[in-house]
Amino acid sequence: MRIHLTSVFVDDQDKALRFYTDVLGFVKKTEVPIGEDRWLTVVSPEEPEGTELLLEPSGHPAVKPYREALVNDGIPVTAFAVDDVRAEYERLRGHGVRFTQEPLEMGPVTTAVFDDTCGNLIQIMHQA
Amino acid sequence: MADDIFKALADPTRRTILDELAERPGQTLFEICARLSMKHELAMSRQAVSQHLAVLEAAGLVESRREGRYKFHDLNTAPLRHIAERWTRPDEGETTP
Repeated sequence: MRIHLTSVFVDDQDKALRFYTDVLGFVKKTEVPIGEDRWLTVVSPEEPEGTELLLEPSGHPAVKPYREALVNDGIPVTAFAVDDVRAEYERLRGHGVRFTQEPLEMGPVTTAVFDDTCGNLIQIMHQA
Repeated sequence: MADDIFKALADPTRRTILDELAERPGQTLFEICARLSMKHELAMSRQAVSQHLAVLEAAGLVESRREGRYKFHDLNTAPLRHIAERWTRPDEGETTP
């Protein structure tokens, strides 16, 4: 068994697609209209056949309180691997991305947490 | 107030939280939990850390502030001065080494 797809809830799919491609650097994989929304996924350019990330509309009433509570306590919804957290931190800050946790080295793992501007906190990490 | 401070400081986990906030101000609950587990191998639930923070806040040693959707915690050392001054003799008052 492998992880084929995972998802994040986003306030606005167009805005989310721009952030996840233009700022983070993912590429669009699928876009299929479903009613008012779209089945919209992105992948890493480093792994085009790898795990897809679904940018899922956040309209369900349970989503808002769930996400507000997580963001309030600084809890990321998911984590992405990068080669160098500090370099990525500087790069994303150059794009105006807001971090709620600066790069933190804890033994072999380095992490940082940023706001994806679509309602979520995302962790980036690398292992030495 | 002094009782709250002594109670808050009596617990080693809470002293560790203060150490970490002294090292870097403005931490979310998530970052505090990460530091406790990864740096100090203190495995506890977020709820437990929340409760420790509540005790520290009640004693005035930790202050939380909201910035938009986020909540950050800072160390406040002001209450410790009352303790430091409590048993200081008048003639030692303002002298510093």
